[in-house]
Amino acid sequence: MTRSDASAPEVEVSALARHFGRRRALAGVSFTLRAGDALALFGPNGAGKTTLLRLLAGLLKPTSGTARIEGELLPGTATTRSRVGLISHHSLLYGALTAAENVAFSARLYGVADPEQAALRALDRLGVADRAATPVRLLSRGLLQRVSAARALVHGPRVLLADEPYTGLDAAGAAALTSVLQELLAGGTTLILVTHQLDEGLALATQAAILLRGQVVRHDHTAIADPAAYTAAYRALVRADAA
Amino acid sequence: MPPDFFAAALIVARKDLAIEFRTRSAYFSALVFALLAIVVFYFAWDRTAVGSGDLAPGVIWVIFVFGGLLGLHRSFGVEMHDRALDALLAAPVPRESLFVGKALANLVFVLGVQVIAIPAVFVLYKVPLGIEILYVIGLAVLAAIGFVAVGTLFSSMASNTRLAELLLPLLTLPFFIPVVVAAASSSQRVIAGRPLAESMAWLQLLVAFDIVFVYACTFAFPYTLEE
Amino acid sequence: MSRLSLVAAVAMCATYIRVFFFTPIDRFQGAAQKIFYIHAPAAWVAFLAFFLVAIASGMYLWLRDERLDRFAESSAESGVIFTTVVLITGPIWGRPVWGTWWEWEMRLTLTLVLWFVYLAYLVLRSVVDDVQMRARYSAVLGMLGALLIPFIHLSVYLFRTQHPLPVVMKTSRPSMPNDMLLTLAIGFFATTILYAAFTRTRYRIATVRDAQLGDDA
Repeated sequence: MTRSDASAPEVEVSALARHFGRRRALAGVSFTLRAGDALALFGPNGAGKTTLLRLLAGLLKPTSGTARIEGELLPGTATTRSRVGLISHHSLLYGALTAAENVAFSARLYGVADPEQAALRALDRLGVADRAATPVRLLSRGLLQRVSAARALVHGPRVLLADEPYTGLDAAGAAALTSVLQELLAGGTTLILVTHQLDEGLALATQAAILLRGQVVRHDHTAIADPAAYTAAYRALVRADAA
Repeated sequence: MPPDFFAAALIVARKDLAIEFRTRSAYFSALVFALLAIVVFYFAWDRTAVGSGDLAPGVIWVIFVFGGLLGLHRSFGVEMHDRALDALLAAPVPRESLFVGKALANLVFVLGVQVIAIPAVFVLYKVPLGIEILYVIGLAVLAAIGFVAVGTLFSSMASNTRLAELLLPLLTLPFFIPVVVAAASSSQRVIAGRPLAESMAWLQLLVAFDIVFVYACTFAFPYTLEE
Repeated sequence: MSRLSLVAAVAMCATYIRVFFFTPIDRFQGAAQKIFYIHAPAAWVAFLAFFLVAIASGMYLWLRDERLDRFAESSAESGVIFTTVVLITGPIWGRPVWGTWWEWEMRLTLTLVLWFVYLAYLVLRSVVDDVQMRARYSAVLGMLGALLIPFIHLSVYLFRTQHPLPVVMKTSRPSMPNDMLLTLAIGFFATTILYAAFTRTRYRIATVRDAQLGDDA
């Protein structure tokens, strides 16, 4: 499957399950995303959202079912991993290194040409170029999150996995992140966005899904026209499940 | 194009050394520990019964092991702090090359301590400074290769447990026994002025240990990661 | 008590009775030599146990069958028990024979190091929460422990040849009367059965424990 084939799915997940011991973190999830799709994934803590992203990032192996990125079966090879970018709710950065060093380190691992320049461009894109020389342990939570996003984007991933990327961002930071994500989507990047903040998630989403106890309980294949109604429906689902 | 096996290892090693150079905390702790230990050991023995020159090789290798452990602790500690390890594992490089990179950084760390500690032992224990010191440093290089291979692997495992700092010596020390026996016996003979030929068997043992455990630990490393 | 445990208990009793009442006293070493019938079989079983841990560990990493991990866990625990027996009986035998409680002799030293390795193995198992990670970690240690044996062996051998220690009495026994050989054979047999019984009982406990863990989750 080649990238020129525009209709080929970028991400193809089929009956994907992952157990930890006997705990079923993910119990059979299926969906398909094409280039430029943005899937917003909602669910309470422990619903399996993070497990799903870690499977797609190649950090975990599935217990059963399959996941494919650009046609290649995960956990896949190094090449498969090079097409994916990961923003986690941890920063994934080294506190002692500067923002530029952190991002350039990642660029080197992905074989990006001229890693220092690429790092500065990525930081600039998220509006934190002025902090390039600051050790990241001195940055506020919001700035750290932006550097973390720059790290995930520096190699130009085809598929971006974002786990709570809005955590700790102020209004300016959230706006900067949203505009970068919109640019990426317009450029054909596929996005999977896990978040508690339904408004931000729905603003970008071309699809939305709700995960409960490791299963997709609702999947809308189009953008959500009425976020308020969706939010109410989501709350009702979570309440019903908790009861 | 993602970097090849050794290029990726060097990128990781360079990153670890940059962190160490920036903070210097572990390196200076290990160095001060080594120097303190040299002083403490000097007074712990009755020098009328055992000459300080005879003590020197033992002291060198005890410091080698315990000072080295200080560096190994930190090796995966920095990866766990903000889960930077996840970013490493998601990167398009083989896991084995991550291991080689971390081990290389640890090797530089251990030898960086030894290159000061060994001459310090020679001077403070009044061992005549001669060509022997180069031999002992050469031994330290041989011993350190196997040492960091085993230590880096167990550091990765220990960092994922509830007992991290306490577990590492428990896991690693039995594996360091052959290394210490070989290095200490061999340096003892050389410092005592015996011919190098008498130490050949020890050198062969160290080289064999290095080869076996560098390979074994590199291949075992992926199994110590979440999967 | 399972049938295997019963057989083991009977065999061990038979060994003791034979050792005390039907085996002649060694002319040179005296009654102390009788502990040899416990010491040597325990040493054999300890090494067998750790050998099987290494095999099961390697197979676990290959097949990922959790029964192999449970077996490795059970065998390691039995192995530690028998290693402890070796380390206690060794000095008791050594005191009258060598004139000293401890001697850095090849097999004793090797046993001591293995005892440390497998104690660490058991500690490691107790501090990893994730079941699969615990299995992989202990499998890695179980295999590396086996790789360590030749190096310990070689380093003790070289150490001994370069630092000759005073030997009070030669302990080589080129020939043993048939009475003693038979007792020793019975001891080997009984101790091996005992190992099998311990390991199987421990394996069953592990199975029950893992099943309960599943119910809790």
